[in-house]
Amino acid sequence: MHEGGFFYQAFVYMSAAVVSVPLAKKLGLGSVLGYLIAGIVIGPYVIGLIGEEGQDVMHFAEFGVVMMLFLVGLELQPSLLWKLRAPILGLGGMQVTITAGIIMAIALLATPLAWQTALAIGLTLALSSTAIVLQTLNEKGQMKSEGGQNAFSVLLFQDIAVIPILAIFPLLAITDGAASGHHDHALWIDHFPIAIKTAIVLGVVAAIIFCGKYLIGPAFRLIAQTRLRELFTAAALLLIIGIALLMTQVGLSPALGTFLAGVVLAQSEYRHELETDIEPFKGLLLGLFFIAVGASIDFSLIAANPGLIALLVAGLILIKFVVLAIVGRVFGMGMDSNFLFTFSLAQGGEFAFVLFSFALQNGVITADVANPLIAAVAISMALTPLLMIINEKLIQPRFGTKEKDSRKQDDIDEQQPLIIAGFGRFGSTIGRFMQANNVQATYLDIDPNNVDLLRKMGLKVFYGDASRHDLLEAAGAHEAQLLIVAVDDSEKCHEIVETAKKHFPNLPVLTRTIGWNDSYEMMEMGVEGFYREYLDSALRMGADALGKMGFRSYQVQRSLKLFRRRDEQMVRELAELRHEQSALIRGSKQRIQDMERLMQDDLNRMVKDKDMGWDATSIKADFGTLLKPIIDKEHREE
Amino acid sequence: MKILILFAHPAFQKSTVNKALTDGINLIENVTFHDLYEEYPDMDIDIDREQELLTKHDCIVFMHPMYWYSTPAIFKEWQDLVLEHGWAYGSTGNALLGKLFFLAVTTGAPKEVFQKGEIQNYTVRELLAPLTQTGTFCKMNVIPPFVTHGGLILEGERLLQYKAEYHKLLTHIAQDKLDPEKVKEYEYLNHYIKEV
Repeated sequence: MHEGGFFYQAFVYMSAAVVSVPLAKKLGLGSVLGYLIAGIVIGPYVIGLIGEEGQDVMHFAEFGVVMMLFLVGLELQPSLLWKLRAPILGLGGMQVTITAGIIMAIALLATPLAWQTALAIGLTLALSSTAIVLQTLNEKGQMKSEGGQNAFSVLLFQDIAVIPILAIFPLLAITDGAASGHHDHALWIDHFPIAIKTAIVLGVVAAIIFCGKYLIGPAFRLIAQTRLRELFTAAALLLIIGIALLMTQVGLSPALGTFLAGVVLAQSEYRHELETDIEPFKGLLLGLFFIAVGASIDFSLIAANPGLIALLVAGLILIKFVVLAIVGRVFGMGMDSNFLFTFSLAQGGEFAFVLFSFALQNGVITADVANPLIAAVAISMALTPLLMIINEKLIQPRFGTKEKDSRKQDDIDEQQPLIIAGFGRFGSTIGRFMQANNVQATYLDIDPNNVDLLRKMGLKVFYGDASRHDLLEAAGAHEAQLLIVAVDDSEKCHEIVETAKKHFPNLPVLTRTIGWNDSYEMMEMGVEGFYREYLDSALRMGADALGKMGFRSYQVQRSLKLFRRRDEQMVRELAELRHEQSALIRGSKQRIQDMERLMQDDLNRMVKDKDMGWDATSIKADFGTLLKPIIDKEHREE
Repeated sequence: MKILILFAHPAFQKSTVNKALTDGINLIENVTFHDLYEEYPDMDIDIDREQELLTKHDCIVFMHPMYWYSTPAIFKEWQDLVLEHGWAYGSTGNALLGKLFFLAVTTGAPKEVFQKGEIQNYTVRELLAPLTQTGTFCKMNVIPPFVTHGGLILEGERLLQYKAEYHKLLTHIAQDKLDPEKVKEYEYLNHYIKEV
């Protein structure tokens, strides 16, 4: 059923993605889960559109992880990385050693496995899934939060830890490994003594740093000068593939190498270009990777030993969870951050697939032990997005509010008249302005760091998704006088407004919007006010520009206000017009049409100066002839 | 003597008379030209800064076109905010005590129509009484105004003559040559400076 070549495969994978990911997103499950479910569905155990070749696809798609780490590196200035050294070594080191230790101990106590095998299992299972965690954190916008940063630090440590783990596995052999004869991992470098090997590895790392700093910039400049976009893309891909090959040659993890290159290039002027060029490839490959993980879950094995697998999965998640929670606590993370950290990392990782097969080859482990573990890892990975949703929807709001309530209980004014959803750049400005005017507000935010900050300031704050009506209710939406929606994500803004208008029809809503379409929709939902985020700063910049060009500031100020008034009126007019036009010309064409209309209107009306009260032309015409003889006479007398 | 000219014209870009009168005014020694609409286009007047400016000068001038027998709007806001009780007036408000104060106004109509029975029915000095009284109430030494009449059709030589007289007056004051008590006999400072 699954023969038919490359196009057939591509068709199957892509249609699975195109169907399941939007569905998963719509259901609020995130794209990772969407891909995983798609993989399970098309995999050999459900529909069977793809078979065992899923494994090969997974190896190929792992390259997406390499690209992702390159992109992560690009976002990370070396100085920031240096700042993260404590969490990387401390958090990461503790997490890996303690988790590995506990798992090994359990394996020794509960099973007749040899200590070598137990150690290999412990080390392998201690690793989490970089791909799933980073992708999910990114998608939820929690990468930059404290919990997210710490999770990233631990993952980085694990990526580094894979190198020594790979190195010691051959030493742990208890049997003549299944495939120890043909070592396809044998590298030319292995022929050298350990000292030279180390020197070569360090040399390669130094070379990457040196090239990234001094050679890649000029090279990209030359390529950019050709003005062939695809050539730049090719060069960017070449860079990553080259580094990956080089790293594999010397036995390091390709992901680590590209991460390093990314960090070095984080300060280069081509950073954004590289980012936008690699991003789609990364996205596709990661998607493919997640599908492959889904497809590789061996349901026949699970069906044969459901109890054992369930125990393994639950045990794995539970052990990692407890260790992470304790380690996070030791490192002084607040409760919200620690929950995010713990929930995101409590799974096995894709390295487990590599490491288990490597262990099999080296005779560290036998297939009947490895296979259930691989299945357990895959299931735990698939469960991660679900766990993170549970954290976000159930755990955080409950504990977030509880912590808050116990502190604020003795306050008299329990319900604040104002609710502000979102404390990002936009919302924090509003919030500070309210504070400056002594107006107390209830804040809702999804970022634990913001929540912590606000809480420290003694403000009433709720962690969670403000588009949930129960959270709005808890924040006092029934009694409040006003809801301000200032969330950075415009889609989220829509959801919040939708919820508010549906469940609290009497609560006036002011919302931030991005563009016109956004504003039209908000207007249709009946918001009391919508504020395009760029409008005022763009106008202020334009006003200052006029000032710099010699216009009178007061004239400019008047013109600005007039322009803004007209612009806001036009948006409303265009919104009404929109209903009369066919749906066909919506979208970008609509935007151009609207723009044309606006600019015509600017020409027709704005040019005419409205401040006629200060214009003497008509007065001159009216009184001039009458007064002229008198004025002339007066001047003659002087 | 240091002179502070507080100037207000909301549509200075359209002005001819005030543009001519203020042209080069900055170059006169000891004169500070302070353009209120340019400084505070959103009417957000910096009270501390204004009071400091006033303190640093010995002669205060309100310079503006006459709008509805008074000043352009920003001058009202300025007076309401800057001339605070306890600072500019009241038993402890002595910040402006003894400073020289006069108005430099421009008006479209000739002097002849500013009298009883004519179109404007009152003299310019009668109409400007609220402003001069503000100066008096703030303990300043108020002298007659400098008035530019016939602004509606003022141009060329005549306009330049007004400008020359105005600048001469400012230089004269800056050089401490003006005797406040003596000029109070004149209806306008225009008449006084012609004789100097």
